[in-house]
Amino acid sequence: MAVTEDEVLHLAKLARLNLSSSDVSNFVDQLSPIVDYFKELNEVDTDGVNETSQTTGLTDVFRADNVDVIRNLSQEKALSEAKNTSNGFFVVPAILNKE
Amino acid sequence: MKIPSTIIELHEDLKNKKYTCVELVEHYLGKINSQNKALNAFLTITDNEAFKKAKELDRIILDNPKAFDEFPLLGVVMSLKDIYLTEGIRTTAASKVLENYMPQYSGTVVHRLESAGVIVIGKANCDAWAHGASGENSDFGPTKNPWNIEYVPGGSSSGSAVSVSAGMTFASMGTDTGGSIRLPASFTNLVGFKPTYGVVSRYGVISMASSLDSMGHFTKTVEDSERIFNVTRGVDGFDSTVVDHAYKAENINKKFKIGIPKEYFAKGLDPEIESKVMNAAKEFEKMGVELINISLPHTKYAISVYYIVQPAEVSSNLGRFDGIRYGNDRESFGSEAKRRIMLGTYVLSSGYYDAYYGKAMKVRSLVINDFDEAFSTVDAILAPVSPSLPFKIGQKVNDPLQMYLADIYTVAANLAGIPGLSLPGGFSESGLPIGFQLLGKRFSESTLFDLGKKYQAVTNWHDQNPL
Amino acid sequence: MATYTPIIGLEVHIEQNTKTKMFCGCSAEHFLVTPNTNTCPVCLGLPGALPYANENAIENTIKLGLAFGCEISKFSKFDRKHYFYPDLPKAFQTSQYDLPFCTTGAFGDIRITRIHLEEDTAKLQHTTLNGEKVSLVDFNRSGVPLIEMVTEPDFHDAQSVDEFLKQVQLIVRYLGISTADMEKGSMRLEANISVTDKQAPFTELPNYKVELKNINSFRFLKKALEAEIARQTEALENGEKLIQETRGFDEKTGITRSQRIKETSSDYRYFPEPDLPPIIITENDISSLRMQIPELPEAKRKRFASEYDLSREFVEVLVNDLDRAKYFETAVEEAKKVQLTPKFIANAMVNLKFDENRLPAELIVKLYEETKVEYASHEEAEAAIHKVFMGNIDAVEKYKNGKVEIIGFLIGQTQRELKGKGDPKVLPGLITSLLQKK
Repeated sequence: MAVTEDEVLHLAKLARLNLSSSDVSNFVDQLSPIVDYFKELNEVDTDGVNETSQTTGLTDVFRADNVDVIRNLSQEKALSEAKNTSNGFFVVPAILNKE
Repeated sequence: MKIPSTIIELHEDLKNKKYTCVELVEHYLGKINSQNKALNAFLTITDNEAFKKAKELDRIILDNPKAFDEFPLLGVVMSLKDIYLTEGIRTTAASKVLENYMPQYSGTVVHRLESAGVIVIGKANCDAWAHGASGENSDFGPTKNPWNIEYVPGGSSSGSAVSVSAGMTFASMGTDTGGSIRLPASFTNLVGFKPTYGVVSRYGVISMASSLDSMGHFTKTVEDSERIFNVTRGVDGFDSTVVDHAYKAENINKKFKIGIPKEYFAKGLDPEIESKVMNAAKEFEKMGVELINISLPHTKYAISVYYIVQPAEVSSNLGRFDGIRYGNDRESFGSEAKRRIMLGTYVLSSGYYDAYYGKAMKVRSLVINDFDEAFSTVDAILAPVSPSLPFKIGQKVNDPLQMYLADIYTVAANLAGIPGLSLPGGFSESGLPIGFQLLGKRFSESTLFDLGKKYQAVTNWHDQNPL
Repeated sequence: MATYTPIIGLEVHIEQNTKTKMFCGCSAEHFLVTPNTNTCPVCLGLPGALPYANENAIENTIKLGLAFGCEISKFSKFDRKHYFYPDLPKAFQTSQYDLPFCTTGAFGDIRITRIHLEEDTAKLQHTTLNGEKVSLVDFNRSGVPLIEMVTEPDFHDAQSVDEFLKQVQLIVRYLGISTADMEKGSMRLEANISVTDKQAPFTELPNYKVELKNINSFRFLKKALEAEIARQTEALENGEKLIQETRGFDEKTGITRSQRIKETSSDYRYFPEPDLPPIIITENDISSLRMQIPELPEAKRKRFASEYDLSREFVEVLVNDLDRAKYFETAVEEAKKVQLTPKFIANAMVNLKFDENRLPAELIVKLYEETKVEYASHEEAEAAIHKVFMGNIDAVEKYKNGKVEIIGFLIGQTQRELKGKGDPKVLPGLITSLLQKK
């Protein structure tokens, strides 16, 4: 298999997905042929070819440093969809150390 | 009440007081009530908001003699793919993650449509997060094809297409990241328009793949498609990838050249589709368009490039759904979303980036070069939208690779950021619609609309409605 | 016994003082602001929101690069850096990966690796709520423009790190791009440190480095570095193997402590930000930004020393605060009218009680009056002169006989009598007139 079970578990951790053991084996089975298929790109000679990550050709699109009050959300609105809030804050389970 | 077939007709009728906007809304809600249960095209029906807006517009028609000039889409009833955020109206992306999400804002397109007089009648079902080409990936159940409810309507903008095709709304907004407008349009006998990337703002539409997403729409006619485009297009100061590009009407008398790319008629194309698409080409030939055989040699790699770039961007864009500020947590993602997150994480992860993502970005340049070269000799490219007819619901769900490969004719336009217009081209013997697409160079919308209008003037496929 | 040399590199984060955030128009104010009031769909990471870059923040970053002699990238872009954390609303930080705005600079012997621009995260506060340990999240800080400067590992002692960082802070303030207040978190420090028994020049770095993080003052960083150098040196002397890790500084005990990190992968899966067009920086852009850079501390030091003939100590005190330096120069200009010297003003500003709220012109008037008041009064001067005349009858005689230059001697004697408080502008005239009366 092009994609191993260990890799699937590693990817799931990076992507913060909790996978069941059947999910894991499904992904091994499903991702492997897809990744294998991508190997066809090796046939293409891309020496000296630029990478395209955008198609517009735009450069230097900036805004002036002016406050936009129209899009500003009230505290009530900002918090309106959160499951857990307290005194104007979003609340999450305790996090001790950052990576 | 006879429902108008174009916005011009609609406006004549409203001017002549044949009906009011409120009566129009009543008509469409009636259709929704009788059909949506079978078709599952709507996730949310905004009847209260629609009536309120209709009353406002009826008042404007009475009070303002210039109403129809000031509101180019006055009284146009539309549905919105449920990834267009609507402030205060539930927006789900057809995913359980957002099943109760009430957006805090509306995006640019929604604002522009509403300011132009559009009445939003509901939020349309789609493949969750716009992931899919069949409409089966919705966490709220598949949408059915009104031409045969055992068949898929195409996706991902499935509900948008079906809501128009089945007469439950006049027009609909969809999104096209790899064919998600053009394909369902071709499966449901509609005009599906994908603008040039960077012409219509993406602000306020849930991102699928940021470098590919295009905001387009479904209509029955090309003239209405153009009219809606003239409202949605243009810079907004919120999407930095929108180009300030003036739209110019095409010179009608120009003698057009249309390219027929051999790679789009290769093995794997259903012969019934091939013959309908070639019939369409002949219609153009009859009106004096020159047909030229061309080649887009990197077409076969477009799927690989697309299924690297798109999941990579998807995996990034879906990171924000962590259940902290809104929505449910990541457990609620459906299987296709998880699959794309995993695939995207794989192609970006250290050790694999150069082989997959880096390589794909280079081959993407070659796909673009193919089109650039083609458009140096032709004004547009004519091609099928899908290699196969609509298939039965459930037929392909267990084979993601086969499902992805069916996107072969649509994804290259997104990789290149060029516009595409899918047009009704007839029906299969089994009575299922067959569409074809016109592709143009960047910013050549006017050429596509002009060709499309000419084609619709000599054909009547678009007048056919499902029973 | 081997001698050990510390090898230290720095990462400095500088939060800019732009009016608005990096990618949206929300106010960038977040210190002591009601939580979650300066947010919008963009910096709250709502679905469908898109970034739009703040030009001012980009210019500020390039200016800092120019001030540190960096090369400015002709072509630059933003990238997405992915990781999950509750303070990162999009699950990626918009940052710069392979094409930062500024590369390869230098400040004295210290090489600057790169200076790039990114967005700040939200602010987390840890507390207990209904008996449960939780973190509170405030997105007011989310998206504020943040500059990251990375140096090569060119420091070999804590003192030079301290000096360098103070100069960075000063330059940032001269450029006006950040308050660079440590206590408000607008300047944040991280150091990578290892110790080697090899001698300079180092061809090879040790195979580990310890990251010192979360240190919020220059003083503590210096202490932490000293403690860490001692710890590592001792470990090596004892033949222990040192490992790659992150350590914090315990301010109470004065030692560094390993920070237990939840096991996460640092595979950030960078890719070019598709929502932000790349940035092309032309020679014209660079020269116009260069024009906007004010005289920097080092140049000012040299100029103050030579132009005003000030001591090193005075120069330091004046230059270390741009406002004070400006004040000084305005005062010097004002003082020309009353013939007070720059040195005199500098002395007044540095040594005497000095009120910065007083306008420079007012200061000069005050100083001038003070200097006048200090002179002996007319009566005191006359009394002193008479006393001198009495004690130097010979000299008075000589004057009368035409030896007028003897007046210098008499002035000197009078000043001596007055303990130097005679007004030099008044004394010669007064003495002459009194002599003539004799």
